[in-house]
Amino acid sequence: MTRKQKRGVMIGGGVAILGLALILVLFALKDSIVFFHTPSDIVEKGVPAGQRIRLGGLVEQGSVVRGQGTTISFKVTDTLKEIPVSFTGVLPDLFKEGQGVVAEGVLDGNGEFKADTVLAKHDENYMPRDVAKALEAKGVKLGASAHPGQLKAEMP
Amino acid sequence: MIVELGHFALILALLVAVVQVVVPMFGAAIRDERMMRVAEPAALSQFLLIALAFFALMHAYVTSDFSVLNVAENSHSTKPLIYKMAGVWGNHEGSMLLWVLILALFGAAVALFGNNLPPTLKARVLSVQASIAVAFLLFSLLTSNPFLRLDPAPSDGRGLNPILQDPALAFHPPFLYTGYVGFSIAFSFAIAALIEGRIDAAWARWVRPWTLAAWMFLTIGIAMGSWWAYYELGWGGWWFWDPVENASFMPWLAGTALLHSALVMEKREALKIWTVLLAILTFSLSLMGTFIVRSGVLTSVHSFAVDPARGVFILAILVLFTGGGLALFALRAKDMQAGSLFQPISREGSLVLNNLLLVTATATVLVGTLYPMALEGLTGEKISVGPPFFNMTFGPLMIPLLIALPVGPLLAWKRGDFLGAMQRLSLAFLAALVAVVAVYAVEHRGPWLAPFGIALGVYVMAGAVIEWASRVKVGSAGLDEIARRATNLPRSAYGTLFAHFGVGMLVVGIIATSAYREEHILAMKPGEKVSVDGYDVAFTGVERARGPNYSEDIADFAVTRNGAAVARLQPSKRLYDAPPQPTTEAGIHASWRGDLYVVIGDAQPGGGYAVRAYFNPLVRFIWLGALIMFLGGGISLSDRRLRVGAPSRHRLAAPVPAE
Repeated sequence: MTRKQKRGVMIGGGVAILGLALILVLFALKDSIVFFHTPSDIVEKGVPAGQRIRLGGLVEQGSVVRGQGTTISFKVTDTLKEIPVSFTGVLPDLFKEGQGVVAEGVLDGNGEFKADTVLAKHDENYMPRDVAKALEAKGVKLGASAHPGQLKAEMP
Repeated sequence: MIVELGHFALILALLVAVVQVVVPMFGAAIRDERMMRVAEPAALSQFLLIALAFFALMHAYVTSDFSVLNVAENSHSTKPLIYKMAGVWGNHEGSMLLWVLILALFGAAVALFGNNLPPTLKARVLSVQASIAVAFLLFSLLTSNPFLRLDPAPSDGRGLNPILQDPALAFHPPFLYTGYVGFSIAFSFAIAALIEGRIDAAWARWVRPWTLAAWMFLTIGIAMGSWWAYYELGWGGWWFWDPVENASFMPWLAGTALLHSALVMEKREALKIWTVLLAILTFSLSLMGTFIVRSGVLTSVHSFAVDPARGVFILAILVLFTGGGLALFALRAKDMQAGSLFQPISREGSLVLNNLLLVTATATVLVGTLYPMALEGLTGEKISVGPPFFNMTFGPLMIPLLIALPVGPLLAWKRGDFLGAMQRLSLAFLAALVAVVAVYAVEHRGPWLAPFGIALGVYVMAGAVIEWASRVKVGSAGLDEIARRATNLPRSAYGTLFAHFGVGMLVVGIIATSAYREEHILAMKPGEKVSVDGYDVAFTGVERARGPNYSEDIADFAVTRNGAAVARLQPSKRLYDAPPQPTTEAGIHASWRGDLYVVIGDAQPGGGYAVRAYFNPLVRFIWLGALIMFLGGGISLSDRRLRVGAPSRHRLAAPVPAE
């Protein structure tokens, strides 16, 4: 091979791999990202049923109902609007009424949110950052203990 | 008093670091021997001063001195001693102190063991290393000072987050930091070489041991974090593609590429400019990781302090060092003598392919990590990029990498014999084929591609062994000859064997556990049974117990297989005293086949409990593979040709300047 051909192979290989990666990234970004919404967003913007989303807010006081087996239902609220959620599985340690929560799943046709994943955060003082920001944007006053600035939990 | 001493030592360390930046750099420019030599005592005393500060803080933790704000906020008098000590780095301020301590440790190690370095290069390396220290010491003192006092002192502290009170997590940060802060040495060497304006094979020989040491510790540090998440978070997952995990994974990927490209540079004087660029990029990714983790900029299942002053400060450090490094690279790279080109089918060629794939994979992880942040910043829209994104992008890039991995070492330098390599790999292909058939025979569920994934891992493992076997001439030489060759084979060859074998195991573990995990979520009452992958798991009851600083409900499960008792599993739910926070402790029965993993959830009305039971096949291969990779790094590091500071037989004088 001549010097020119060798260089051609190198550059060609590099461009091919980068091109492949770019295509993969674009496809993945189109299909696999999940949008985050508050209950008000869902009511106001009308998120289509069946689309995978994350729902964030507070677990409404007194709304947790443990049904048969391991199915649990509760309401997620941003103090303005609320969305009923049902979830089958084991809730994370820090799931509590009145605390911040993020649920991932889909809305069914009746406005109920079927969650397959529920995330509560590591510190009981902690409210998920998305939730805190979204709630503040809605004009909800947060107590000192609910503000992420208070957070002291650390994961190195 | 000791706390003030620590605080003072930290300030003094900053001043020493400033001297270490200025004097040796200037000395190297005017060729003043004495000024250059200032670097060594400065690096050592900088390290000792930071160590003093670090142990002063640890003393405050151990003695529960709650007049120190940092201790009051993160420790508690009833905490076991080991977690009082580990608590030092279980918070932002303390972990930044650990960060600079490790940075200074690497600087001091170069000062002590870098006797074979040309004086100007050594002076410049230590000067650049100190400039990083100056930035982070300033950051620590100005925005994250761990020595601030609190008046009046509270009677007790707020406690350490209970999920961090765990042996694996206690030692995860020091290992992880040794890894990604260790890449600072490669960065300092790269910047020093750019300032010198010359670079050659000897440079790669000096840089490689440091990079290898950092890589090893990063490997084991990441594995420990994953192991911890697996048993402590109670959902049986071992990797979440969380931004905080990606923050340490990106430098690992780039560092792996750097190790391999430095090899080409050392042996063949090629890829020189690329290697320098990679050294800069690897440490830049470490800095970006620090920014992501320490600034609280990302949403994460891990949770962080949000303090804009800190975020902006680290961002400034990131921009300064990455931007500065790349700008210097752009200015000086064209003056460097380019390496030679080579045949695509050769050892060099295969290592270039390795680099292309690893760097591209790093870029996809980077996009997935930063895209949500950029989108939120630009449009206010909040999204999360989860495992599906990474499975679709990172995954496919790993396939060609793994296919090529066993081929590369079988190709000769300069001009490889591709067909010959394929021929020698025929046993590996056979092993892979057997694996496909065996997996299909045992498992009928799961995605159809999974057996091929496992086969790919088996092929990599077999390939690693074949490469070793062909070097010691198994099959063509007598036993004596094989034994002689096996003892004479350089340690670095064993390092390669272990590291590549570990990669194969890791792949097998990942695919097996992802594709064939069995999961049961159910409500159980005492006396009830569930069958999980051939195990009968019987729930016998729940008892309340008391630990050193928590109370817990311990559930008891009797595990039998075909009627024979196998194990008792005792998963529990703990409630810590301070802070009052629950944690889940998993009950795990480990075997070579995989892990039986049981956790309990909330008590149900009517006396039952929510129970999650998993069987995770071959999941241990993941951490075992990482451990073997770590050992491989260690074996390679003990090779005398690489040993730091060992007098080399062919001692190279100062590198020849590039034209």
